[in-house]
Amino acid sequence: MAANPMSQFDVYRIGPEIKVGAFDISFTNASLFMILSTVSILLIFNLGSKKNSILPNKIQLLAELSYTFVSKMISDTAGSKAKPYFAFIFSLFMFVLFCNMFGMIPYTFTVTSHIIVTFVLAAFIFIGVTVIGFIKHGFGYLKLFVPSGVPAVLLPLIVVIEIISYLSRPISLSVRLFANMMAGHTMMKVFGGFVISLGVVGGWLPLSFSVALTGLEILVAFLQAYVFAILTCIYLNDALNLHH
Amino acid sequence: MFKKIYFQSIFFSLFFIKEAFAAENGGMPQLNPEFWISQIFWLVLTFGIMYLVLSKLILPKISNNLESRKSQILENIEAAEKQREDSDAKLKEYDEIISKSKLQANSIFNQAREKAQKDIGAKREVIDKQIDNEITEAEKEIDALRKNAPDKINKIAIETSSELLQKLIGAEVNNSSISAIVDDLSKRNGDKYYGN
Repeated sequence: MAANPMSQFDVYRIGPEIKVGAFDISFTNASLFMILSTVSILLIFNLGSKKNSILPNKIQLLAELSYTFVSKMISDTAGSKAKPYFAFIFSLFMFVLFCNMFGMIPYTFTVTSHIIVTFVLAAFIFIGVTVIGFIKHGFGYLKLFVPSGVPAVLLPLIVVIEIISYLSRPISLSVRLFANMMAGHTMMKVFGGFVISLGVVGGWLPLSFSVALTGLEILVAFLQAYVFAILTCIYLNDALNLHH
Repeated sequence: MFKKIYFQSIFFSLFFIKEAFAAENGGMPQLNPEFWISQIFWLVLTFGIMYLVLSKLILPKISNNLESRKSQILENIEAAEKQREDSDAKLKEYDEIISKSKLQANSIFNQAREKAQKDIGAKREVIDKQIDNEITEAEKEIDALRKNAPDKINKIAIETSSELLQKLIGAEVNNSSISAIVDDLSKRNGDKYYGN
């Protein structure tokens, strides 16, 4: 069972089964790591914002660097109009980043390696961005699907393509994160399995691969969180500043 | 040789492992909808709480901290600039005072020197006059002495020669005859002793 590289993605119940109506909302290992991620985020940023010294200490510096990093990312991609959504994008980035990073610790569960989690996040972003777009521009938001400077002959085709690409946003956004996480963790598990099965004689090669992969996966964990956040910013930019 | 065996063993074990995985593989747990509702529920709960706490409590504090630091740094820079300007002005003032006092000192020194030179000149004139007077007096005295000297010498010569004669010969000689001889001699030798 342990040799199965997919078994690390198994969700299992911790504690009793909780049912609300027909829905099973039991506490699982996924819930545990969601809580761990959010609690550690809140702890770090609470500690980092407690004292305001002119010369920041390490944790304060960490919190403030993250703050300026995300705020710069938002202002670069979505402009100053995106200021009210800063808290959401910051939470999103931190949540995905911490879930990814918690997954890098051996024997842990990677929350973001489940399509349902990433899809719920992406769907929420998609719906939110669409609602914001219609509130800001009314039906003028539909102009998003009609790029300027396109010959009239091509217009029907382009509009169809634009609509499909717009509707596929939540899928691409969620699948990108989920697939990256799942593929990376599966690969590490497979190489880890090689180390065991090849033993002392042949295990060294996959072991060195495993070490390299761990570094790569930590990079991917950060990068995917960043990509998730920056794509959200870009979608938000489309909704806020309609200049397609 | 060993290398070949090593890589062959790796290759074969890969083969066997794949077989083993294929035997066990029960599909992706992600696509098992058993816990989807639970995951959605806990995601919404944890993310929602985190978002609320971050946006209402923590992020405003961090932004406040950053703002206050920025403003404080700006204030400090402003204060430092002000102080620098102040010190520049004070330095200028100081330089002015220094140059002014230098000028004053120069003028005072010059005045003092002129005064001293004047004083020295006046004193020198007085002293020169005194010295001149003394010199003329001394010259007068010397002249008088020079004029009197031959007479006195003559007198001394007459008296000594008369006494000498008296002691040598034992007879008294008339002073007038001796003085005639002395006058004659002194007139002849006078040029030798008092030659001008």
